[in-house]
Amino acid sequence: MEYFLQQLINGVTLGSIYGLIAIGYTMVYGIIGMINFAHGDVFMVGSVTAFLVVLGMGLTGGSGLFLIILALLLVAAIAMIVASAYNWTIERLAYKPLRGSFRLAPLISAIGMSIVLQEFVRINQEGRPKPVQPIVTGGYELMTRVTESGEFIVRLTNMQILIIISTLVLMAVFTTLIQKTSLGRAQRACEQDQKMAALLGIDVDRTISITFIMGAALAAFAGLMFFLYYGVTDFFVGFLAGIKAFTAAVLGGIGSLPGAMLGGLVIGLIETMWSAYFTVEYKDVAAFTVLVVVLIFLPQGLLGKPEVEKV
Amino acid sequence: MTVQDTLPEARTRAYDFAAIAKDLFGTAVVCLLLMVPIVAYKSIITQYSLVLEPRWETVTVLLLIVLAGRLAMHLFVWHRVPARPVASASAPKASLAEMIGPYVFPALVVFALVLPFISGFDRRTIDLSIYILTYIMLAWGLNIVVGLAGLLDLGYVAFYAVGAYAYALLSTVYFPYWFGDGIVPWAFYITLPIAGLLAALWGVILGFPVLRLRGDYLAIVTLAFGEIIRLVLINWFEFTNGPQGITVPKATFFGLPFTAGDDGFAAFFGIEHDRIYFYIFLYYVILALALLTYFVTNRLRRLPIGRAWEALREDEIACRSLGINTTNTKLTAFAIGAMFGGFAGSFFAARQGFVSPESFVFIESAIILAIVVLGGLGSQIGIVIAAIVVMGSFELFRELNFLKAILPEGAEPSQLRMLAVGLGMVLMMRFRPRGFVTRRQPTVFLKERKAVSGDLVKEGHG
Amino acid sequence: MASSGTTPVLSVEHLTMRFGGLTAVSDLSFEARKGQITALIGPNGAGKTTVFNCITGFYKPTEGRILLSHPGGREFLLEQMDDFRIAQTARVARTFQNIRLFSGMTALENLMVAQHNKLMTASTYTIGGIFGSGHFRRSEKAAIELAKYWLEKVRLIDRADDPAGDLPYGDQRRLEIARAMCTEPQLLCLDEPAAGLNPRESDELNRLLRSIRSENDVSILLIEHDMSVVMGISDHIVVLDYGQKISDGDPASVKSDPAVIRAYLGVEDEEEDEIAAVAVAEALGERK
Repeated sequence: MEYFLQQLINGVTLGSIYGLIAIGYTMVYGIIGMINFAHGDVFMVGSVTAFLVVLGMGLTGGSGLFLIILALLLVAAIAMIVASAYNWTIERLAYKPLRGSFRLAPLISAIGMSIVLQEFVRINQEGRPKPVQPIVTGGYELMTRVTESGEFIVRLTNMQILIIISTLVLMAVFTTLIQKTSLGRAQRACEQDQKMAALLGIDVDRTISITFIMGAALAAFAGLMFFLYYGVTDFFVGFLAGIKAFTAAVLGGIGSLPGAMLGGLVIGLIETMWSAYFTVEYKDVAAFTVLVVVLIFLPQGLLGKPEVEKV
Repeated sequence: MTVQDTLPEARTRAYDFAAIAKDLFGTAVVCLLLMVPIVAYKSIITQYSLVLEPRWETVTVLLLIVLAGRLAMHLFVWHRVPARPVASASAPKASLAEMIGPYVFPALVVFALVLPFISGFDRRTIDLSIYILTYIMLAWGLNIVVGLAGLLDLGYVAFYAVGAYAYALLSTVYFPYWFGDGIVPWAFYITLPIAGLLAALWGVILGFPVLRLRGDYLAIVTLAFGEIIRLVLINWFEFTNGPQGITVPKATFFGLPFTAGDDGFAAFFGIEHDRIYFYIFLYYVILALALLTYFVTNRLRRLPIGRAWEALREDEIACRSLGINTTNTKLTAFAIGAMFGGFAGSFFAARQGFVSPESFVFIESAIILAIVVLGGLGSQIGIVIAAIVVMGSFELFRELNFLKAILPEGAEPSQLRMLAVGLGMVLMMRFRPRGFVTRRQPTVFLKERKAVSGDLVKEGHG
Repeated sequence: MASSGTTPVLSVEHLTMRFGGLTAVSDLSFEARKGQITALIGPNGAGKTTVFNCITGFYKPTEGRILLSHPGGREFLLEQMDDFRIAQTARVARTFQNIRLFSGMTALENLMVAQHNKLMTASTYTIGGIFGSGHFRRSEKAAIELAKYWLEKVRLIDRADDPAGDLPYGDQRRLEIARAMCTEPQLLCLDEPAAGLNPRESDELNRLLRSIRSENDVSILLIEHDMSVVMGISDHIVVLDYGQKISDGDPASVKSDPAVIRAYLGVEDEEEDEIAAVAVAEALGERK
């Protein structure tokens, strides 16, 4: 029971990160119907940027709570801006000129862009991972159980609290943004029918750009959290995290924001539970299998609408 | 537009320098955001800690390059009115291509046949040619799935892996166990067809669940399959020896190993032992395999199955309305494409003498796909050109030492090659999405074979 | 019903098709008789194409039975068959409202793809074909001859080697019919074959369809808006509105059916009915 509770906490933490990335996939897919294959790498750019800024600030675990929070806010802001600039540029250079081209063109272009981002970061920052001492430390011991082999303590770390709470806050902010503002209305209109939206005076290009920027900002925040949680990041973290987050987006129902979050949590839980109760080695296989099973048997996702084939 | 309408003879129009300046400023801001901190500060591990090393010179150089490029585009390209309609320029080029078209392939084959001789048996040339031919063969195999049947497969490297591991495991474990050690020198020849069949079988196994999927989803699921196979190869230690890989016997000349010993190839023919014979032998093996792929695919295109593949790419619903079993049609495409991947994989293992999961990462699939896309989806000649361009440029990057100036310390110009592949994919999609060879040759004709313009050919739904 | 003497080739019985809460076709029964041209007409959204998609297997009907009979007495329950099997074994061919040719393949290639199953068997599922068996080569020649026959019949023989996507609209419509005919069907289903055709092309289509009926002995079921086509060539008309059959009979009786007139003009008042009846009768009879 205690063991399960611990895995639950870990899974929700991981799931929050996946959920934040998944939102970027789901929004972009919703609005222009393409998988932004480079989105995982935008997450990576956010993560690496956060790593560099933290390093540049000389931030360590002993800096004092207030200072750490203030500094992390600044790091988050920088990472979000930089990642947004990346995603905006990618959209302008690699996707926008391809609107109206054949269906696979943007996907192939996105794969190309993903390779470019990975290699760009690898060349500039080397390939090997560089671990950093934990910055957000401490936590709470929720439960202790004494067993023959020693005691098992259920921990909820401050880092986990930070991740879960900030995810909730960001989710709330973005949901309001999309449901209540004219920008959100424009986005939903473009999802339905871009031509009609344009005829009604919505700047479709701008709406799409903003969607990419919003997705990137969330991914960058996830990147920061990922880096802080694991204490390490490198040029390749976006590949796996990206695919898992994409799985989350599809699982939740592509185009649905709450769906992306829900999907993220499910994927995070599956991954941690699989590692805890089966084999750690095959946790990625489990994630990929979930992806395959979901795409084949549940392509409309948990909260999505089914598509009818037109003849 | 208005300038063009009123003054048709005008070549340029007045520059709006304020707008250009504004644009350049915007570009500079975005560029700086892209480069700071990722380019501007490099993290390095010193003896005691992690430190940042500023690299502002590189940022400045790159920024100036981008700004100069954008300014040049403003001044010379974007605001210029085209001197002549572009359409007329492309027409004669196409007819020239058609004129020499039928001779290109035979010429290439003849060239390939004599290449080892004209290279003066240069080890490096032959090695590079083997490398290129392997990728040509892989791309021709993938072309059946992507180019002909129009199904985007991002996990093609899995079949390459199946072929390689089939050879590795059969030749080191199972054949010696079943038939004794005497079989080992012949293992390559016996395994080759088995590897192809196993890969085809895997093509069907992996193809079956994805039949209902199309477009992006199909692509992602095939990618997931490719990764699952690789992860299983890494983790199933008892079976595959995990990440350490397997050392396997190299290919032999019909049982004669290329060694200096008495029972070796050199001794048998009474010539002096030289490693180069092994490479020449490998060269002709892969050439033969590649040509087999070419001719079989070409033949299949002219058979009902091949026409059904192309019809599937054009319109799946229409296919079904004509009584074509699209399930079987897709599965045969997956299976036959996978089979050639399996052959290539088996060859790869026999050439390398070693297999490990590291050789079968997603990026390999992406490179093969890039070659198919660059070549022009469906065009076999285009793929040859693309493979030479991509693989040749890989080689070229090793030589570009002047690039070291803008690269961080310790980075080699050869590291830029994947960056170039990625950029190449993006640029091709933007400027020449149909690849080098865009025209499609009909498979049957009444009076004359007229190539079909690429604009009419569909790329499939995934 | 003037021509009730011939046997039905297709009988649709109590067909119902629902999409979620929407009932597109409700309890529809009708027959298409052997050697006749049956037209399915009705206002936009009446469910005509849905009926077609049920017959050709692209949709699985919610309820009902669709029975197809071959001359030899073989019968097929189409609602239980896969779409491609319906074309392959039950021999129902169809065209599409928005033309679905293989635009990157030549006209001839389009017609060769239509003969896929026959040629596949002849090539012993590709194996014989790879080694160039004589049987396959003879079959391929015969297939080209059949394609030539149809290309001549739809007057496209000169464009045999041109890509289908390059043909003008009217030619594409005819090529699609030729392609469907190359599957050697018992029943040919045409979804708005005259849509977008000019009067001359429309006349030509009439002649083509009549000749398919008489010379090639194929029964035809068609959806059409162009009344000159419908009235000019149909032996039997079924009228749908809101997914239900409102009239069924020969052209003359359908033309004067008040229910049809109501559906087309949306008039409910009894008096206006009669005025409208005259107007519609004229319109239906004289248009183009």
